[in-house]
Amino acid sequence: MLEKMLSAALCGLIKTLTGARALWRDAAPSSQARVYFANHRSHGDFVLIWAFLPPTQRALTRPVAGADYWLDGGPRQYLIERVFHGVLIDRQIKRGNDPIAAMLAPLEAGESLIVFPEGTRNQGDGVLPFKTGLHRLAEARPETEFVPVWIENLGRALPKGGLIPLPLLCSLTFGAPVTLRPGEARTGFLARCRAALLDLDPSAQ
Amino acid sequence: MIIEYLSRNTLALIFAGIACALLIAGAVSLVLRLRVPKGQANPVIDNLNARINAWWGMILILGGAFWLGPAAVILLFAFISFQALREFISVTYTRRSDYRALLWCFFFFLPLQYGLIAIGWYGLFTILIPVYAFLLLPISASLGADATRFLERAAKVQWGLMICVYCLSHVPALLTLDIPGFAGRNEQLIVFLLLTVQSSDVFQYVWGKLLGKRKLAPAISPSKTLEGLVGGVLSATAVGAAMWWITPFAWWQAALIALVINVLGFFGGFVLSAIKRDRGLKDWGSMIEGHGGMLDRMDSVSFSAPIFFHIVRYWWV
Repeated sequence: MLEKMLSAALCGLIKTLTGARALWRDAAPSSQARVYFANHRSHGDFVLIWAFLPPTQRALTRPVAGADYWLDGGPRQYLIERVFHGVLIDRQIKRGNDPIAAMLAPLEAGESLIVFPEGTRNQGDGVLPFKTGLHRLAEARPETEFVPVWIENLGRALPKGGLIPLPLLCSLTFGAPVTLRPGEARTGFLARCRAALLDLDPSAQ
Repeated sequence: MIIEYLSRNTLALIFAGIACALLIAGAVSLVLRLRVPKGQANPVIDNLNARINAWWGMILILGGAFWLGPAAVILLFAFISFQALREFISVTYTRRSDYRALLWCFFFFLPLQYGLIAIGWYGLFTILIPVYAFLLLPISASLGADATRFLERAAKVQWGLMICVYCLSHVPALLTLDIPGFAGRNEQLIVFLLLTVQSSDVFQYVWGKLLGKRKLAPAISPSKTLEGLVGGVLSATAVGAAMWWITPFAWWQAALIALVINVLGFFGGFVLSAIKRDRGLKDWGSMIEGHGGMLDRMDSVSFSAPIFFHIVRYWWV
């Protein structure tokens, strides 16, 4: 109950503060398990995407987040585990650590994911090179739709290291879903996903 | 009893007049809508309707601020500046190292500019942004040690602050002018300015829709026509002249001043359209239904307010 109220409050708060608008340009909300992938510049990124999903989908959509940042044993951990139902992955490469399996489990159970394939927050323009995880998910579940989401201005409003948010107007643009083509190689698929995301950047138009 | 109240209270009388004008506009819009065949969409009339509804909202908020007093008027315009600056900076290219300079803009220079109006410190009000912000903001940005597109970034931040905060703050600053024989009635100068300039926008729209043929500059603003410009500016100049009795001006002075601020207001809209076009935008935002963003509504005021302020200050104070 408390978690539900907290989640509604956070969604309302981030929508109000950012004056954000969502544009479902080439995709519509869907009840299928899908992967939303977005450019990453701010900790608020997944909250904003999450806030703009229809409430029924929101309950079935889980952000993928780095365990090293969120598992602090305090309020952060409470938020990510109880409110956002995040899929926490260990970003260290070591034996016995399989983040892809952790992400596949919710997809198999019919839940959607929010991922940031750059792997870290980008402090410059454009989009960093993608990690390979998207392709590995697509290989395991070739029918999955990968929906690009461009987040405009949130990274400017609250950049890495910033404490006070700038009151900039943010926007979300949902692009056309990308699916793995039969036999498509890793580099080709990742390049296609990255191009689909960059295509939504308003400053490039 | 109502008539007696209105005859004693000029502001209430003017707002009653505006309400009548809006009722007439609403009736015209209703007739137009009834003439559209059922089931057919007419975006022009829908937009007209949305605009009229939004005008009711804007007039109520402005009237409410006047009723509450000068502090509320200053706060209202501080909020208008805040929203306009927000829209401007949101579509302007800046980098990580501008973050601090932008914090200064929103949370220091903007409140301070309006605070100076509240305490009536004219000397600092008039140089705070053109001198202090102009020099301090690029210093702040340079500390980020990022030279990429530096001059462009510094210039755009300063330009946004000038238009959205400095220029617009001259509207409530009219309250601070000490005009002999006009004490306690300075709000009426704000009404004169806003009503003249905004009616110019409305008349340009109406004349343009009715008679508009010759496009002025399709590369900058596809909807602006010569007929709209001439008809709009002349009609609004007549509106200004007809309001001479609420100002310290003679009727011909009111007409001349109205002409000047209408021409400036037109070019305010024109210049800000050029910026929108360059960025590939139709509107600055979506705050005001039917009108676009705050800056779409205030572009003409931002150009006319400082000049109006200085005309009054030079000749009447």
